[in-house]
Amino acid sequence: MAEKKSLGKELTKGFIIENPVLRLVLGTCPTLATTTSVSSAIGMGVSASIVLICSNIVISALRKVIPQKVRIPAYIVIIASFVTMVQMLVKAFVPVLNDQLGVYLPLIVVNCIILGRAEAFASKNGVLASAVDGLGMGIGFTGALFVMGAIREILGAGTFLNGISDLIGGSFNGFSIPFLNENPMLIFILAPGGFFVFGMVMALANKIAESKGKPKAVLHGCENCPMAKHCSIRDTHEGCEKKEAEA
Amino acid sequence: MEMTKGLLSILLTMILTQNFVLARFLGICPFLGVSKKLNTAVGMSLAVIFVMALATAVTYPINKYLLVANNLEYLQTIVFILVIAALVQMVEIVLKKYIPSLYNALGIYLPLITTNCAVLGVVTLNVDNGYNFLQSLVCAIGGGVGFLIAMVMFAGVRSRLESCDIPKFLKGLPITLVAASLVSLSFLGFAGVVEKIFA
Repeated sequence: MAEKKSLGKELTKGFIIENPVLRLVLGTCPTLATTTSVSSAIGMGVSASIVLICSNIVISALRKVIPQKVRIPAYIVIIASFVTMVQMLVKAFVPVLNDQLGVYLPLIVVNCIILGRAEAFASKNGVLASAVDGLGMGIGFTGALFVMGAIREILGAGTFLNGISDLIGGSFNGFSIPFLNENPMLIFILAPGGFFVFGMVMALANKIAESKGKPKAVLHGCENCPMAKHCSIRDTHEGCEKKEAEA
Repeated sequence: MEMTKGLLSILLTMILTQNFVLARFLGICPFLGVSKKLNTAVGMSLAVIFVMALATAVTYPINKYLLVANNLEYLQTIVFILVIAALVQMVEIVLKKYIPSLYNALGIYLPLITTNCAVLGVVTLNVDNGYNFLQSLVCAIGGGVGFLIAMVMFAGVRSRLESCDIPKFLKGLPITLVAASLVSLSFLGFAGVVEKIFA
């Protein structure tokens, strides 16, 4: 029973409390780049989640075999292999998504969420817990992308879920929002809108978190960064400053 | 003449209209993390320019003569990330041993760059766009210079933010992102400029 309870905790912590995008501020590049529409946001979220779950499982299974000194290159090879597999599958079965995501699909390799979870969780925990952790983090990542994609698509293009039929098949191809459809605020699907919406969603997440007594989001780039130990740039990084102060 | 024009067009596109940070969203982590002070922003950007140019120069022949020649294009992602990681390590060792002054200036930023998406991004973009060696190199340097300009501008904006009275929940990262949005908006003004010049 206790086992079950903690597994549930591993799963749900990624949803809001430790949401990788909004609370840990990891994987910002794909968050900004692929949320111009809901369907590409979901595509990115699902692809990254698959890589995250698979690499978490494999890294956790091999955690006693991989020597400590070469663990980062080993993790990168494992992650890159899964990214290549996902890339091939997407190219073969959902070519539209491949065009939408473009260069960001291979860039899942350097998504800090995946390497960060490998280092912070999978290298220390069992296979099942790591898989659940990956699933939870993946859902949190996809959820954050979905929210941002929805705001940007509704305001910027006046549609919702447009192009979803290319992704999952079927005849349903999204809604058209009456007024915004004729007067879309194009700026929201351009680059500045991405930064702006991300800032606002993060402010909202901070407010919700504070009402529950949790601290604000800071750039945790360093805490979860596999390079933290070799990195001498700490004084310039907010997250590291905090970490140093605590230590 | 035609070739210089093409190269110049790539350079300006990468710096102004397709700026790596502000339009393509590559390298956001250092953009948000290291842009607090002007000197660290410049140091980081110089290291990025250096590594991006070097990574392009090394991966181009590997891709062309090893991967494409043997029909192994599907290995690109794995090979590129490993080459970049190894390259950054080697650059660090060589700089430390032979050019300590340059190491002192750039060395501390190097470990951060391995997992920077801008480096893998530029290498992948070059392959996707089918650039030749010279074009790839110009694209990498242009991307790096664009990164430098964005970082320097943003460091200036951020130093002004520090003395502002910011609403409670926007403090910290959210207001930084809104500021980034405004800097990015200013770069939208360049849209079409490069095409007009070279039309």
